Amino acid sequence: MRLRQMAVDPLGARVPNLRRRRIVNAAWIGSAWAGASIAVGLLLVVVAGVVARGIGSINPTFLTTPTDPFGSGGGISNAIVGTAILVALASAMAVPVGILTALYTSEFASRRLASGLRYVLDVLNGVPTIITGIFVFGLLVVGRSQSGWAGAAGLAIVMVPLIARSGQEVLALVPSGLREASLALGASRWRTVLRVVIPTSIGGLVTGALLAVARAAGETAPLLFTCSIFPNLVQTDPSRVLPNIPITIFQFSESPDPVKHAQAWAAALVLIAFVLAVSMVARLLSARTRRRLQELR
Amino acid sequence: MTIDRKELDAAGRVRHETPPGPRTEVPAVDRVGVEHGASGSRVHLEDVKAYYGTKRVLHGITLSLEPGVVTGIIGPSGCGKSTMVRCINRMHEEVPGGRCEGRILLDEIDLNGPEVDVVGVRRAVGMVFQKPNPFPTMSILGNVLAGLRFVGVPRERRIERAEAALTDAGLWDEVKDRLSDPGVSLSGGQQQRLCIARALAVEPDVLLMDEPCSALDPAATMRIEELITQLKRRVTIALVTHNMQQAARIADVTAFMLAGELIEVGSTDRMFTDPQDERTEQYVTGRFG
Repeated sequence: MRLRQMAVDPLGARVPNLRRRRIVNAAWIGSAWAGASIAVGLLLVVVAGVVARGIGSINPTFLTTPTDPFGSGGGISNAIVGTAILVALASAMAVPVGILTALYTSEFASRRLASGLRYVLDVLNGVPTIITGIFVFGLLVVGRSQSGWAGAAGLAIVMVPLIARSGQEVLALVPSGLREASLALGASRWRTVLRVVIPTSIGGLVTGALLAVARAAGETAPLLFTCSIFPNLVQTDPSRVLPNIPITIFQFSESPDPVKHAQAWAAALVLIAFVLAVSMVARLLSARTRRRLQELR
Repeated sequence: MTIDRKELDAAGRVRHETPPGPRTEVPAVDRVGVEHGASGSRVHLEDVKAYYGTKRVLHGITLSLEPGVVTGIIGPSGCGKSTMVRCINRMHEEVPGGRCEGRILLDEIDLNGPEVDVVGVRRAVGMVFQKPNPFPTMSILGNVLAGLRFVGVPRERRIERAEAALTDAGLWDEVKDRLSDPGVSLSGGQQQRLCIARALAVEPDVLLMDEPCSALDPAATMRIEELITQLKRRVTIALVTHNMQQAARIADVTAFMLAGELIEVGSTDRMFTDPQDERTEQYVTGRFG
């Protein structure tokens, strides 16, 4: 990469194949750089595409009125409200389970059990979300009807492994010296966890939960069988089917009406803006926590 | 210094009719430096073996820590010094697979007895670690109060106990105007004294110090050493150190360990000038380790 250095190296004679080494080195760095650029580029293309096509239909009416099934004047307020409730319910179910799982694996379980649990969580994380949807459908919808509860349960199943795994990573960063200090003072294990481990790692735990929220907000497959046949009005009762943004995007894009197509892009923009905002908050928090934990090492 | 003992007794701890005397296979501790009226408890280890999983790391240690005395424990890295002191407040149990055999008596109480709860042991036997480890989310005062909260000292008594502990740790004058600053905002030496204050606040009978100065600069080390010398009248002190000069400076009794065995124990003067065992001599003269 540094061409000027390449020209003359006073010690060059001591290194055989110097030229070849440099070319190989540059090739590796170059391909790694290219890979990273493709990743960043993809995100930019997706975001830019959604913004370009969606921004035109974003206006106060779009955000504040429910879907109009026939005309083109409606918006997606019903879906925004529904998604907010679905994600809140899913978080209420998944955050306690996920964080307790993380605490159990890193603070209480034996090493073997912990590594088994980590594996199970990785598998759960890898389960295709359409399967999660069918599972919840069989469990909560068959014989009853679709509902907000069922949708939230599906999203919660997606969230639990994310929260638990990221929680484990953060808890592993808490220096063991702090646990020992607390135990040596005569504090019990749970007290040590409550008073020392959790306060030290809280930022990271919240980060994990936020990233899971961002992920759940956009999940479509778990809602497909559980929370997808909804009315075009604002619905807040989770025992009924809650309108939501991902399914709305799907329905709008299947519609023959070009106005609805534009609204699908706009709904996508709302969703992606939410996800980006949440990820950014999560990132700030995580940077702060990590810095603090690193200083303690 | 009696509260914890009362708790131990109230909990129905095992009591032994006759406190064991010094064992013959190990030279009796020279009772140098024992001050009359020194409080603190006597700790007696009898044939203590410790294991991590199937690996035995202590091969039967018999040793007494006397009240009013700083017992220095020296030996090369990995010889089991830390493990031995961790057995005394049962911190070895926090290492997966860690267990110990043999008897460890705190005065007459068998610390590994079936009725003895580990929490009571740790309140009676405090510990200071190699690296200063104040709780990062707590203030200076909060750190000292933490142990008192764990112990269940009534709220109104905690502050005075905390002040007393900070004073005893020689830190009060330096921090009295910034008690609500984070504990981790202090310098390394101050942090270590904060950790000592935190351990003293719960009024232990024994204080185990596992290389408390090895992360500190010479000036901070000197302060801690002065502190140890002052504290020994109140609390029985075991000082693990890999620094032989430190042992020579402040330990009254020195124990030399090698490969999980206690090789020799005696007054520090004698250990450094007239060691009985050849290996002790080689170690203290710097020929290995």
